[in-house]
This record gives sequence, C-alpha cells and structure tokens, in this order.
Amino acid sequence: MAKNTKDTQDVAGQSRSGSRSYDAIVVGGGHNGLVHGAYLAKAGLKTLILERRSVVGGAAITEELKPGYNFTTFSYALSLLRPDIIHELNLVEHGFMPLLMPTSFAPKQDGDYLLLGKDHDQNVREIARHSAHDADAYTRYEHDLERVCQVIKPLFDRVPPNPWGTTDADAENMMWLLSHLGSVPRKVMHDTVRLLTGSAADFLDDYFENDLLKAFLASSGTIGSKLGPMSQGSGLVLLFHSMGEYDGAFGTWAFHKGGNGGFTQVLARAAESFGAEILTDAEVDQVITRDGRAVGVALSDGTELSAKAVTSALDPRRTFTQLVDPLQLPTDLVDNINRYRFQGVSSKVNFALSGVPPFPALDPSIDHFRGFTNIGPSIEYIERAFDDAKYGWYSSRPYIDGAVQSVVDPDMAPPGHHMMSCFVQYTPYELRKPDGTPGNWDEERDNLGDAVQGVLNEFFPGFDDKVLHREVVTPLDIERVAGLSEGNIFHGELLAPQMYFFRPAPGYSDYRTPVDGYYQCGSGTHPGGCVTGGPGRLASQQVLADLATRKS
Amino acid sequence: MIQVTPFHERLSQLNKTGLYVHWSGYLSALRYHTTAKQEYFAIRNSAGYFDGSPLFKHTVKGPDAERLLAGVMARDIRACAPGRAQYTVWCDHDGYLLEDGVVFRYAEDDFLLTCARPNVGYLRDLARGYDVEIEDVSADYGILAVQGPYSRTILAKLSDDVAGLRFFQLTKTKIAGAEVTVSRTGYTGDLGYEITVPAEHAVAVLDAVIEAGTPYQIAPFGEEALLMTRLEAGLVLIGVEFNSARYAFNDHERFTPYELGLGWLLRGIDDDTRPFIGREALRRERDTGSSRWASVGVVLDYADYDRLFRSEGLIPPKDEHPLPWESMMYDDDGNKVGYATALMYSPLLQRHIAMARVRPSHAALGTRVHVETTINHEYRTVAAEVTRLPHFNPARKTANI
Repeated sequence: MAKNTKDTQDVAGQSRSGSRSYDAIVVGGGHNGLVHGAYLAKAGLKTLILERRSVVGGAAITEELKPGYNFTTFSYALSLLRPDIIHELNLVEHGFMPLLMPTSFAPKQDGDYLLLGKDHDQNVREIARHSAHDADAYTRYEHDLERVCQVIKPLFDRVPPNPWGTTDADAENMMWLLSHLGSVPRKVMHDTVRLLTGSAADFLDDYFENDLLKAFLASSGTIGSKLGPMSQGSGLVLLFHSMGEYDGAFGTWAFHKGGNGGFTQVLARAAESFGAEILTDAEVDQVITRDGRAVGVALSDGTELSAKAVTSALDPRRTFTQLVDPLQLPTDLVDNINRYRFQGVSSKVNFALSGVPPFPALDPSIDHFRGFTNIGPSIEYIERAFDDAKYGWYSSRPYIDGAVQSVVDPDMAPPGHHMMSCFVQYTPYELRKPDGTPGNWDEERDNLGDAVQGVLNEFFPGFDDKVLHREVVTPLDIERVAGLSEGNIFHGELLAPQMYFFRPAPGYSDYRTPVDGYYQCGSGTHPGGCVTGGPGRLASQQVLADLATRKS
Repeated sequence: MIQVTPFHERLSQLNKTGLYVHWSGYLSALRYHTTAKQEYFAIRNSAGYFDGSPLFKHTVKGPDAERLLAGVMARDIRACAPGRAQYTVWCDHDGYLLEDGVVFRYAEDDFLLTCARPNVGYLRDLARGYDVEIEDVSADYGILAVQGPYSRTILAKLSDDVAGLRFFQLTKTKIAGAEVTVSRTGYTGDLGYEITVPAEHAVAVLDAVIEAGTPYQIAPFGEEALLMTRLEAGLVLIGVEFNSARYAFNDHERFTPYELGLGWLLRGIDDDTRPFIGREALRRERDTGSSRWASVGVVLDYADYDRLFRSEGLIPPKDEHPLPWESMMYDDDGNKVGYATALMYSPLLQRHIAMARVRPSHAALGTRVHVETTINHEYRTVAAEVTRLPHFNPARKTANI
C-alpha cells in the first residue's frame, strides 16, 4: 500500500511541472472518480484525476495504522461493484481479487447463534434449529428477492431516463422503462413496490417468525441510513444491498485482497495504464467557469488547470454549492440540493486483535468469522438502537456489522493476529444532548469506542483482552477525512425521493449539470452509494458523448 | 475394500462435509469445507494442503536406470540432474500418450516415478536385460502437497532446506523428525511444494504443517479445489484431456504429446543418441504437420454469456466447478472446430475459462469460436476466444527468493 502511494506521488510530481491543459479533469480520487477517469482515459482523453489527500481511494482506503495491521478505515467489503467495470477496465490484470466471504454469523448474548454458509440445505437445517416454520420460508424469501433484483438490475446499469425531458431520446428512454416494467409479473412487481416503499421488518414478517433470523436479514435495510428496520423506506435499503451480483449471485459479498484500499489501488493502476494522470495532495478550490461553461479548476494552492470537461466525484452538496457558485445554478436544483438528506448515522470502530473474538459455542473453529458478524440479535435491538439516534444521541447499545478480515485475507494482520472491522450504528452526525444542547463528536469519540467494545465484550466474553489497538471513526471524522458531507457513507440517503431519476434532484440525474462541461459522477448520482462504480461509469458515457458531439 | 491414506486419521477429523470420492482405491476428500471456493482461495491467497497419497510410486534403481527411463519416457531424463524432478510422459510406438507422471532423480542411479496408474509390470517387461530394479512403494509413502503463496514461508519454518528450492528441484530433509523429500512441484499452477513422507510419519508431518500454517490461515483442500486450480494452470489430467492409448478402441481416443500441448517436452527429439518409444512417429507428426488437434485455452465472452441467459429470463450461472462433460465448439459458420475438455467460471479471472482442443487451423490466438451450452433445454452457443494456456501463471510459481 505504502509503495503504491509513493508511485502515485511520483506521477504527481511529474505532472505538476508538466502540461496544465487536459481534455478532462476529475475532481476526487475516490472509487467513482478513479472509475470515471479510467473510462475517459481509455477512450483517449487526456485525463487528470485530482485527489485532496495524499492517497487515492476516498472512503475506500486501507491504512497501516500500526505496523503490520491494516485498517479498512471506512468502507470494508465489496459486492455491488458493477461487473462490466471489472472487464471493461481490465481490473483482473491489475490485481483485482475478490476473496470469498463464505459465512454469515449472527451471535446472541446467550451464546447461541445463527450461522449461515454456502450450502443452502445446511442453511435450511440451521434455520430449522431456530424455527421449523422459517426453514422453507427462507427458500421462498431468497427466490422472491432474486426475482425483484432481476427487475431492478437493468435500471441499475443504465442512465436513468428523464421523465421531464423533451428530446426524442428522452421519450425513447421512458418507453424503454415503461416496457421493461410492463413485462414484470404481477407478484414480482408487487414485491418490488413493497420493498421500494415499505419497511424491511414488514416485508420479512410475511415470511419469518424467528427474530434472530429476521434481525439478521433486516439489518442490511438500515446500513448507512437513518432508518430503523421498522421504518418505511428500510425495504429499499435492503433491496439496494441485495443488488450486488459478485460472481453471478445476487446479494453476496466479497473481501477485496488488501481491503477496499487494495481495490482502489487496482483502480488507480488501471486508470494509469490507460494514460490517466493522478495528482494527489491536490485540493480543488473551485471549478472555473467562463460564459456559463466549465473550463478548468483552481487548486487551493492557486494552480489553475484547464480542461474541456470537469467532473465532480464529490457529493451533491460539494458539487453544486461549493465547487461552483450556486447563484449560477437554477433555483430548483439549489433548493433540492439544500434539502437533500445526508444525516449520516454510521461510524467505524476497527480493532487490531491478538486473536479472534472468543465464542465458546464454536471455539476453536474460526470458520464463523469468514464472513460478516451481525451484532443485532432482534428487530427490537436494532430498532431501539435507532431510537437513540432519532432524538439526537448515539445508541447506548449499537448495532454492529463486524468482519474479522484477517481470517479471509491473512495479509491484513501479522501471522496469528487479527483485524476486526466494525461498522456501527446509530451515531447521528448532529449530536444533541437530552437538554437540547449540541454534543461534540471530538468529545464523544472514546465513549463511542467504549460503547462498541462493551457490546462486543458482551457477545464475545473476553474480547477486551484481545484488543491491541482501536480506531474510532465518527461521522465527523468521515466528513473531515473522506470529505463526505455529514458523514453520509452513500453521498446522501437512499430514500425513494433521492433515488433513480430523482438522484440527486429531479431533472438532474443524467450526470450533466446546468453548467456546460461540468459533470457529476459521485455516489450522489444514480445508482447511488456503496462501492458500485456505477456513477463513474455511466457519467463517463455522457462526457464522451458530449465531447464527441462538440467535436463534430 | 476401500483403503485410507496415511493422513486419513487426521484429515478425516478436519473434513466437515463427509464427502469423499474413491481415487485409485483410496478415500479422497471432495472438499473439507462447505464450499470448495473457500479452499480455492486458500490456495491462491494463503496456502492449502492436499493429500496426494493415492498416486502410484515406483522406484527405479540401478546402473541402467537412466538408460531405461531415457528409452521409455518421451522427455529426456538425462537432462534431469540428481536433486531435480521432471514432469514427463510416455507414449506407445505410434506416439500416442500412455500416461504422464513426475520423476524424482535422487542420484545418478536412483529414481522415483509418481504416476496415476500402476506401471511396474510395464516397466519391468521393458527392462529385460537391463541392470535395474523396479519396485512398487506406493503404500510406503504419503504425499502431502502444500500449495499457495505462503507455502514457502510455512515450510521454511519446518526445514532450512526448503526456502532455496528452485522450481522442480527437490531435497531430502527432516520435518518433525521424519526423513522426507520436499520437492517444489504441484498441480495447482501456484508456488507450491510436495512432501513425500514415510507412511508411519505422515500424521506427524501433517500436524507440523498445520501448526506452522495456521497463523497464515492454511486450509486443507480436496479434489474440487484441485480441479479448479489445475484448469487455471492448464495442466492436463488423465481421464479428462486424455486416456491411456493402451485402452483405446480407436484413434479418436488417442492423443499425441503435440496434440495435448506437450510438444515442449520433446526437446532434443532429433538427438539420435536417445531413441525412445514413439520417437519416429512423433518426428513424422512434427515434420508433416499431421497433428489433428491443437490444445488451447478458451475464454468465453462474458457479455455474450450474460446477455444470452438474461434474454431467457435467467440469472447467468457462474459456477466454479469444472463441467464433467465436453463442450462442443463451432466456427462462425457453425462448423464444428473442436471441443472444450474442461470449462468453469474462474473466480480469480472473473471469466468462464476452458481447456480445449481445436483443429490446428483454429488455434491462432484471438480466433473466435462459439461454445455450446444448453439453455431452457435448447442448444445455444456463447462467443469465445482462443487464448494461450495457462490461464493463470503467477510469477511466484517459478520465482526464486
């Protein structure tokens, strides 16, 4: 990792003294910026990717905070990456390596657990141990969800149509959408709508009675979102997280070799192989416009770089209210962006451990740690964790999505030692104490770490003794370090009115902006958050189409 | 009565599936874990170990041992110095493959042949008049393959003689107090070693490997993961790419080394100081260009594959288990030009890959072919491209430290 960072800086060093004029400049070297820049460079554009930090990857980085221990500071697994990107950018050639995470583990405080794996029949038996009723319901649930994923997939991988557009192409795209939806069978369509509008808990109630299983499945409906499993809208988030199709199976997850920082290094190598330049330690102050069109960027050190096209990979707030003067923009767009919901509720607490978390019922096996460990043993547990956040404070007993990554990839920690990544909810960006006064994440950071460690110690008695190092990343840290407004991991909530042709604002979902030559390719555009690369890829098609038109 | 290998006592405790197949009269684990893909990634990202004990092992010793093997084997054993191993094949008089195997050369006059079928009778019959002793020692030794990027690190903890071993080099050394042979050989196409250990010490050596490897997440792997890795490595397998010509009923069931992509073994075939069985036929094949087949890699067009299944309302299957049947291949006009002998989805390469045989006219890299599959009970084809073998060939496989 360190070596690659240095390589990137070498490239940076060259380009600072080299040419200042590009075909395309990408603001932000997160995964979407890298994907976007790689596609543009592959198409022959002289492309520059600018990254504020000294390392590319944005919220997909791996950092060696303690020698030999690699921390996935923010995002921590791979699933929704669009498969086309792997092939079109030759990522395998550059080291793409999605390691299998074959298990899902949901421990209870009483020492019992639900452990699912890659053998469907064994899973059915394991579920039957908890509820005979749910054993066959599980098979039906999986199939029904797959059918819905099939419906959504074509929407995921296309530029959203513009219902308010006036061109023939707009009409054609709407016709495509209507005809696609028209072909969906009645039950599948109803399931789709129930997921898109309802709560995860309600949907799961139709199938299951066992709380441990329901909570395990419902938890993905809350990830990154200010929603409890009982909130309307959590169904959409559940569906979103089922859209991954790693190795052809919907809803499965992988751990990239070296963490998601390993993955973004692969992207950087791919982008560079197509000729893209990557400049780190290069903060963009603003996009330079002339006569209503973007002509380049100004860095915070005063350097000006010109380009025919500028794409922001930052979130919609930064794209429309910071990089450009919002007064230049239509008021409906600015209004929508101002009320666009970020309200991050997620934190990370990452541990370097001297051994795997103790779990007497399954020790000494460590196979239950080969995938995700879901600390949220009942719907009520997760919902109550959410309740705290509704009123402005972080959960006293947080929900945790853990992963002992060194079991999957031994290179994450020194031999025999382990790295455990813990995704934690709920931790509202804006803290408000019971008396109404604002709280301060800088003061609460350690307390949050203690709360998380306390829960882990409850589920894994003796966990405390294994801790060698702890990293606590609050929503404020996510905003400060990765630049995600209000620490929202998706560049804005995955709420229905912020999805598809409403993302980031109705009428502005085709990756273009009202400023000619200025584009958006962050997760605040369709299809949305997670490490999908979809926005970066789809936006590149628009940039290339426009530049081709302009040339002719 | 089915036999168990010298490692079985320990490995059976580690097998969480209860799944075994019968391999050469022995119980052999299909997989140890719920999914072979987990074992596959152990081989490709950390290390795995495999029980290869059911292979036949024959010693060939004596003043004429080299002369015998030089005349039987198609590859020149004289080029294999003591302390080295050699992958080889042997053919019939018509140049058709009988079998393949690995020869260890311990000394000028001391060889160990490892092979898939018993060959003592065949070799002894050919050795009449030679001063050589051929013995079967199959049951005397266990073979433990330790494969993957961490295999060297792990074995180096157990013996000082391992780290410096070059590709296909071997050494006699001690592990856990037992006299063993460690060779830098394997069937996964990765950095890897095989430990040949007297049966009575097998479990002790295995335990030492497990203990040394546990901090690196070493895992046992079974035949499923082995078949995945060998396909990526492009290594031929008896019973799949070929069968012994000895038991063929017609020439469709016979293949020459050239046809199997093993022409590289025949270096020095024009050296008249070494007549060997099949040499004249093989030279004739080379000189007249009479090979019927060329062995190639084939990679399926992922977009065409996905489109085909999606257009039928199906989720495109990406199964890492090699298909247990041949898949026919056609040119653009629908003429049959070959067939894939092994086809699977490679989790590492993220593509469907195959080992295939095509008519020499269609062997050029980049040639487009169409691979047959069935969808909704109909024959359909997927576009594919002829590529080079192996599909996966990491530098670490042959690199020295």
